[in-house]
Amino acid sequence: MHLAYPAVLAALLFAIGVYGVLARRNTVLVLMSVELMLNAVNLNLVAFDVWLRDALHGGQALTLFTITLAAAEIGLGLAIVLLVFRTRRTADIDRLTALGDPAEDGPAEDDETSDATSAEAVA
Amino acid sequence: MSLLAAAGPLEPAARSFLSPTGVEIVFLLVGVAVLGAALVTVTTRQLVHAALWLVVALGGLAVEFLLLTAEFIAWVQVLIYLGSVVVLVLFGLMLTKAPIGRSPDADSGNRWAALAVGLATAGTLVTLVVDAFRTSWIDLGAGAGSAKATGEYLFRHWVLPFEALSVLLLAALVGAIVLSRRDDEGKKPRPRPGKLRAGKPVGTSSGKES
Repeated sequence: MHLAYPAVLAALLFAIGVYGVLARRNTVLVLMSVELMLNAVNLNLVAFDVWLRDALHGGQALTLFTITLAAAEIGLGLAIVLLVFRTRRTADIDRLTALGDPAEDGPAEDDETSDATSAEAVA
Repeated sequence: MSLLAAAGPLEPAARSFLSPTGVEIVFLLVGVAVLGAALVTVTTRQLVHAALWLVVALGGLAVEFLLLTAEFIAWVQVLIYLGSVVVLVLFGLMLTKAPIGRSPDADSGNRWAALAVGLATAGTLVTLVVDAFRTSWIDLGAGAGSAKATGEYLFRHWVLPFEALSVLLLAALVGAIVLSRRDDEGKKPRPRPGKLRAGKPVGTSSGKES
């Protein structure tokens, strides 16, 4: 098999994941895009392991480790998202601007709208 | 013998994009399906549908792993990604009260900047990868990624990282439990089991609490 096929597929999948991370607003959807990027890296690791065929099988072992780390990451990430949702009543990333720079105008407006939406959600 | 040795270097030149093997055709078709499912995952406005299309993308990647003779990793992919990660994501969508149906604000305002960055990433990476690995070929042999081979290299060469990773997974799960626990449950005094046996008539409240 030509090595370019899995490499190009992994590159395109990684680019789709980058777009998803930057463009999505819901935090859970951002985590799903992160999973896509991790899977692109997994595909690269497996393809290059099959190509190089080293005795240690470093690519496949690292793929297994990456899958385990992704499981741990999605568990912790969803726990954090649930905690944020419970305290702020929203899971939208661009409304969570409590740590943003208050000097600019944009984040201050966002913070007000987030407070308004949280008040509505509580009421 | 010398003829064979002389014909050896000529053989890789005979392989080209214009005469793909059956494995390559299947890989291309499944890859197109994976890319389409991933695109729908990051662009759809129905949040639950995004998680279901993620199943298609990750399952297609499991098929790609099978085509690359990494059988064990393919089944681990099916078990962990399709079995647990997608279920966790669906639970996360439900617990954050994601709207069923179309939500018009699924994409944030910097969508076009994200599109530009994604296209730039795709262009750069694909150009680089095609230029670098244009003449590289994978010799697919059977058995390189079977469960037997995986167990041998994992427990012969990678034992220490494996054990460290299990400790990390345990710490991550304990951290997830601590993070997602409600505080008011921790402060509530638990009814002691000794009190129930101490001759006190079992009230309705303590019976409910225990």
